[in-house]
Amino acid sequence: MDYILVFVIIGLAFVMVAASLIISRILAPYHPGGMKNTTYESGQKTIGPSWIQFNVGYYLIGLLFLIFDVEAAFLFPGAVVFRSVGLAGLIEIGIFIFILFLGLIYAWKKGVINWV
Amino acid sequence: MTAFSSFLFNYLNGVTANVYEPVSVATRAAEVWAHEPWLAIGWLALGMAVMLGFLVVIGMGLIYGERKIAGHFQCRLGPMRVGWHGLLQVIADTLKLLVKEDVVPAKADKVLHVLAPVLAIMATLLALAIVPATPWFQLIDVNIGVIYVTAVGSIGVLGVLIGGWSSNNKWSLLGAMRAGAQIISYEVSATLALLIIVLFAGSLQLSTIVESQADGWWIWRSHLAGIVAFFTFLIASTAELNRTPFDLPEGESELTAGFHTEYSGMRFAFFFLAEFINMFVASAIAATLFLGGWMPFQIAGLDGFNAVMQAIPPGVWFAVKTGGLIFLLMWFRWTFPRLRIDQLMGLEWKFLLPVGFVNLLFAAVLILMGWYFAPIPA
Repeated sequence: MDYILVFVIIGLAFVMVAASLIISRILAPYHPGGMKNTTYESGQKTIGPSWIQFNVGYYLIGLLFLIFDVEAAFLFPGAVVFRSVGLAGLIEIGIFIFILFLGLIYAWKKGVINWV
Repeated sequence: MTAFSSFLFNYLNGVTANVYEPVSVATRAAEVWAHEPWLAIGWLALGMAVMLGFLVVIGMGLIYGERKIAGHFQCRLGPMRVGWHGLLQVIADTLKLLVKEDVVPAKADKVLHVLAPVLAIMATLLALAIVPATPWFQLIDVNIGVIYVTAVGSIGVLGVLIGGWSSNNKWSLLGAMRAGAQIISYEVSATLALLIIVLFAGSLQLSTIVESQADGWWIWRSHLAGIVAFFTFLIASTAELNRTPFDLPEGESELTAGFHTEYSGMRFAFFFLAEFINMFVASAIAATLFLGGWMPFQIAGLDGFNAVMQAIPPGVWFAVKTGGLIFLLMWFRWTFPRLRIDQLMGLEWKFLLPVGFVNLLFAAVLILMGWYFAPIPA
């Protein structure tokens, strides 16, 4: 039942936005066209598109995030049962975190997280 | 220091707060589903209606509060003209947004431009539904609560990225990329901080975690680990909310309005609302996991004091804790200057993340040795 409600809420988000856009379309003026629909660039005419190749730093941060977030996802089940697993669990989690920590240090030394 | 820790120890010795049986609205509906389906649907509809009412009231209240608090921090009065002490200002603003023209730039990706606010508000609604406000009002109570919170939280960043990219505007793109990098970076630290509470409570279900704090909040009970985790979570969630001092994605002086530069009218309102409700959700989750949720504050030995504290209803406790954290976030905004982007990334990857790892291992050792205050329920 909990998960059914999750899907109901997802639907609700769509309905909310659609309903308010329709209400606002009825109430608000709507006269598109001309200079109004040009891209805002502080009064200047836009030069070139904005869909460009971006700084590779963001991509590398994304990769790092993926690794550490998946790691956290792996740690969750371990954390739940930790009290019954005991020392063996601590050692295994320790090894796991240690390897990832080496990865972080590697990325650090490679300058991924120095940004500039 | 000894006085402080002995105070904590006293607090933690054998006082058990009032224990209620938390039942989520969804569970209640599921119980009656078999023989009385309409009653179940009624429960669900009522729950949803209350949640939407909550959404509007909290959203407006927070916007009003932010403006008032900002005003008083700067020796101004804030909104004063519309209604008593400007109370109707937010309603007037909402109506204004409703009747504003919805301008979509000609070069924008139209479908994604509409989809982005939907994603933003969806993430917010989903997160709001799991907040255990009182034992009797929690819309959904999934048994993987903490994972759910982090998972749903990362849908919001999709809304921001899609919104910024689809606008086809340089300000929006820069803002969205900064927001994306910042939110995903700090998400790691926030998850590690939550992990520590999961480690102590031994459960992912939010209602169970609240119940496990009946004889002491986790921030006290888990020695240093809980306090470090609490502050890590507070910093990380400030960054995830794009609030000052981490407001690079929408730094007004640099990027116009960041990722929502090209949004106007109601669609802008949805981003704005999502931002404020996210602030509430982050504070509520912090209050639930670290500060005992709706559990009252108790000190062992002071029975009269405890009785008074227990007489205060759980909803009030929850509201006070959450409200205090929200005030702290607003206070941050007028206290700290904005960080530079390399400082921002450095703080996360070079400081918070290593600290989070060390803290996690420290907490694991604490549990293994049994070095925490008060017995932990089996």
